[in-house]
Amino acid sequence: MSPVFVFARLTVQEASRRRLLLALVILTLLVVGFSAWGFNKITTVTRSDGTVLPAQQVTLISSQLLIVVTFMYSGVLALSAAVVAGPLISSEVESGLLLSELARPVRRSEVVIGKWLGLAILVTAYAAGSAFLELTAVDWATGYVPPHPIELVIYVAAEGLALLSLGLLLSTRLSGITGGVIALVAWLMAWIAGVVGDIGTGLQNSALQNVGTISHLLLPTDGLWRGAVYAMEPDVILATLRAAGTAGRANPFSAVDPPPTAFLTWVVVWFALMLTLSVWSFRTREI
Amino acid sequence: MGAAATAPAIHTVDLTKRFGSTIALAGLSMTVPRGEIFGFLGPNGAGKTTSVKLLLGLLRPSSGEAWLLGERIGDLETRRRIGYLPELFRYQGWLDAREVLALHCELAPLPRSTWKEEIKSALNTVGLSDRADDRVSTFSKGMQQRLGLAAALVGKPELVFLDEPTSALDPVGRHDVREIIRGLSARGTAVFLNSHLLSEVEQVCDRVAVVDHGRVIASGTMDELLSGTAVRVRVSGLDQAAKAKLAAFGPIDDEGEQLTFTKLDIERVPELVSTIVAIGGRVYEVAPRHQTLEDRFLQLLHEEEA
Ligand SMILES: Nc1ncnc2c1ncn2[C@@H]1O[C@H](COP(=O)(O)OP(=O)(O)OP(=O)(O)O)[C@@H](O)[C@H]1O
Ligand SMILES: [Mg+2]
Repeated sequence: MSPVFVFARLTVQEASRRRLLLALVILTLLVVGFSAWGFNKITTVTRSDGTVLPAQQVTLISSQLLIVVTFMYSGVLALSAAVVAGPLISSEVESGLLLSELARPVRRSEVVIGKWLGLAILVTAYAAGSAFLELTAVDWATGYVPPHPIELVIYVAAEGLALLSLGLLLSTRLSGITGGVIALVAWLMAWIAGVVGDIGTGLQNSALQNVGTISHLLLPTDGLWRGAVYAMEPDVILATLRAAGTAGRANPFSAVDPPPTAFLTWVVVWFALMLTLSVWSFRTREI
Repeated sequence: MGAAATAPAIHTVDLTKRFGSTIALAGLSMTVPRGEIFGFLGPNGAGKTTSVKLLLGLLRPSSGEAWLLGERIGDLETRRRIGYLPELFRYQGWLDAREVLALHCELAPLPRSTWKEEIKSALNTVGLSDRADDRVSTFSKGMQQRLGLAAALVGKPELVFLDEPTSALDPVGRHDVREIIRGLSARGTAVFLNSHLLSEVEQVCDRVAVVDHGRVIASGTMDELLSGTAVRVRVSGLDQAAKAKLAAFGPIDDEGEQLTFTKLDIERVPELVSTIVAIGGRVYEVAPRHQTLEDRFLQLLHEEEA
């Protein structure tokens, strides 16, 4: 097996042997169960006249609630990715674990890419698995299915992958805690900058709009999140948002348009850049 | 490749490493022949670990050149033929011993069909056969070092770097390691041994180099290095001022009543005794002996300071 896959396999194996996977699965099942109960409530609550909500209301509320629940999932994923990626390389450099491995015929790039790959598999599997469970539960409880479930999974996974890539880059130089914290703060700042950009759009203020755009370029997590939101918006909601004009855009839990192609292209370039930088940074690091 | 097959195990020319303003290694030039056990000695911070890391490509030299088994350092293919036990040995705690060695077989890379045999024999050599299926996190420090040694041995390397391989081992373990090193040499593997356990080095090495402050201050075969005599004197009644008067007899290893003159011609012993008596000392015992590596080491460091 090429060393890339050896390191990828080790990363997955470590997460599973250290019971990280088990913990995530249990927590996710708890959240799915709890939210199924919550969604079910929407269909059974009665209004003051004793009747249940009409189907269209149920869809509307379900779609909004699902966006908030997904925000929590993407938050958990982003947090976990940053916390796990932060020490991925640095901790093994500090402990000396990499010394004997790097004395083998192994390229530094193979270590970086292998570890990225291993964690990327975990992030993608978690995004897909948890989305499948949650969407199934919501469907069962309310009959609501978001319009673009596949895109939803892709965007949420990509957001996790973005933080994983940032964490890994930092991990080639900084200690685990520092790298993880920086990645998390960057993620939150990117989210807030996205909101600032929205307000800029609402107020038609180009300076504020630029803050949003630049943050989307530096760390595309918020832009990807908007893609996930768009994938969860039924046509009624989109129509309402469009009717509201620019004001409808000033909200981190809504998206009027899908992410532009130029942005998606940039995301691909951004990932390539992060990996290249990580490889270069680790290659020039002295151990 | 014809030349490479007979090239020395290690050859360095003016290898230098600076960390900012610290000079960790100042122009190391040396040659280690194939199959030889080479002891690399020096006090803490002398640059021993730095040298090994430079040779293995973990650090980049600031200047100078080096070759391992005839190929320039950094060559990936050469690393197939090299084993390494780091000073800071650490292995995946969540794997068991067998899995750690399998990982090293895989990275080496050895053909899968040979792994089982390689792992078995490596575990056997370091005495870990009965713990093969236990998680490494449950190992004692010495057992982890044994595991590291086993990892360095898989694949029958032609050159093995051992950076203080017995730092965590009990006396039996140290004895075992000496046997392992001799065994390696017997089958033609060159061993580069970093250590400050001088008696250990003395027992096992064919050739040594002594480094201090990043430069080699002496090197040669054990016989070349330890040609002189040392004289141990048990004496009372001498204060520091009196002892200072004995400086003419060469470097002294002063341990209170035990004074060891680390290099002193046997012909000067009577003169030494009469001088001690003249300055008021009472002599109980005078024991000349062949210089040990420790005598020589202390003598060298003493001269280096002067
Ligand atoms: N990463 C580093 N950054 C800065 N200085 C370093 C680094 N690594 C080593 N040094 C310095 O290089 C010098 C040599 O260190 P080295 O680890 O090679 O010593 P050593 O001979 O192995 O000592 P010991 O017997 O304690 O293991 C020391 O002065 C040390 O402080
Ligand atoms: Mg050292």
